Amino acid sequence: MSAITRDEVAHLARLSRLALSEDELDHYATQLDDIIGAVARVSEVATDDIPPSSHALPLTNVYRPDEVRPSLTPQEALAAAPAVEDDRFRVPRILGEEA
Amino acid sequence: MTTTQSVMPYDEALERFEPVLGLETHVELGTESKMFCGCSTAFGAPPNTHVCPVCLALPGALPVANDKAIESTIRIGLALNCTIAEWCRFARKNYFYPDMPKNYQISQYDEPLCSNGYLDVEVNGETVRIEIERVHLEEDTGKSTHVGGATGRIHGADYSIVDYNRAGIPLVEIVTKPIPGTDRLAPEVARAYVTELREVMRTLGVSDVRMEEGSLRCDVNVSLMPRGSAEWGTRTETKNVNSLRSVERAVRGEIERQAAILADGGKIVQETRHFHEDTGATTSGRSKEEAQDYRYFPEPDLLPIAPSPEWIAELRGELPELPGARRKRLQAEWGVSELDMAAMHNAGAIDLVEATVEAGVPAADARKWWMGELARRANESGRALAELPITPGQIARVVELVSSGALNDKLARQVLEGVLAGEGSPDEVVEARGLRIVNDEGELSSIIDQVLSANADAADKVRAGKIAAAGALVGGVMKASRGKADAARARELILEKLGVSE
Repeated sequence: MSAITRDEVAHLARLSRLALSEDELDHYATQLDDIIGAVARVSEVATDDIPPSSHALPLTNVYRPDEVRPSLTPQEALAAAPAVEDDRFRVPRILGEEA
Repeated sequence: MTTTQSVMPYDEALERFEPVLGLETHVELGTESKMFCGCSTAFGAPPNTHVCPVCLALPGALPVANDKAIESTIRIGLALNCTIAEWCRFARKNYFYPDMPKNYQISQYDEPLCSNGYLDVEVNGETVRIEIERVHLEEDTGKSTHVGGATGRIHGADYSIVDYNRAGIPLVEIVTKPIPGTDRLAPEVARAYVTELREVMRTLGVSDVRMEEGSLRCDVNVSLMPRGSAEWGTRTETKNVNSLRSVERAVRGEIERQAAILADGGKIVQETRHFHEDTGATTSGRSKEEAQDYRYFPEPDLLPIAPSPEWIAELRGELPELPGARRKRLQAEWGVSELDMAAMHNAGAIDLVEATVEAGVPAADARKWWMGELARRANESGRALAELPITPGQIARVVELVSSGALNDKLARQVLEGVLAGEGSPDEVVEARGLRIVNDEGELSSIIDQVLSANADAADKVRAGKIAAAGALVGGVMKASRGKADAARARELILEKLGVSE
């Protein structure tokens, strides 16, 4: 049984606003299934004496003091933006008319 | 796109249905710097001037948590009687929307920093316990402006422009458990909760909690079920509720709207709705296409939070006196009833009365002036009590002048009027308006003589032993002196002159 279905890949594509063709859906569904299968092999070596972890470092409570540091200038911040208007990042229409 | 909605009048809606509430409140913390980088959090800066590689999600930039924000969140949790997690993590909330440059928001998911607390609020002099589900820490989003289209809203806009100054400001989300059983007080309970929460935040000093600037924002969940039903109805979530009054209106409006749909045999759609400040109505927000699958997972760029029991105990020990406890203490100190206290709370008079008492005024007098004459004046001019241009110290001076006999209540009201009109301090107003009580015995005596001769009938009655008739004569003296006579002394002199005693 596959770890991820073609429908799930289509759903993820929509959440990520990626327009995938039917061929691409088949292609990526197979690829993602292989990737998930490979990663899942980790659970084969995980035993009860190995606690689940989300980080490679055995550290906790790493904080910075609440101090203001210099920011970028708007020119620097916006330098790589594809479109700019009124010192703001200009982005394409977010929602269509459907609602 | 706005269609006219039918609504059921509130009373009828409440006869047929019972509401269940839920409130999600976001509080921007008042830290100097952002949650995961050193950019300033100051409000109102020019666009994209408080941004850096971390909050713009430039490649390679990594977040580090702000220690003050962690501490503030724990203090909020303690003030709301929550359990503080011994170990918890941040989580990524993935969504494709340009208000966060990372395409995810760093938040907390199944491991909130604080959980299972409560906040007691007072409604109509009664205590209602609001259960708190969780308090977690996340980052605020950027601010989008939608350009084009008729309404300036996201629907129908041609494009949007985004300012990321706000992106990454620490944001605490406080979520209640469902609140059943409020019945027809639901709108008032919702408002009282947000009001109390705001006061707690202010007392803790963790946020400036300005609703108009968005540093405290509220989402209101409402569902209805038929009276007697055991099963809760489908809820809606109303966003963009940006004042205390709007919290109340949003609950009320949503009850009226849902009741009309349910009574008509319709179904409530579980959706996000937007509150419109101008009309008090809500409109449907997200369509089904945006129902999100956030794919939360533990944030790999940040390390777990594991506050030590010693630190938590220290923070607990340093908590200031919280608003509810303070009101109970002041109520006992002032010797007033629950209802009087609730009235002062609602009128925003507690701080003012307390400051006036601290200035040496007996509590009963402080309360009398703030809740009487000054409340009336505030009401007339449509202002909050605290906005009146008069200080507790000035009230204390007026009360002092009354108790020393230099003013009576009537003159004192005129002094207050003068102070409110910007004529200066109480003493300056007394001087400029010539308001001091006539305590020159010679002047008072001559006024009494005039009054006695002008009211010979009444004077005769008093001489004949009908002491009650003296009241009219005292009234005459007060009138002739334009309120400046000392009424008690005038009465003594009148009786003396007429050769009678009480």
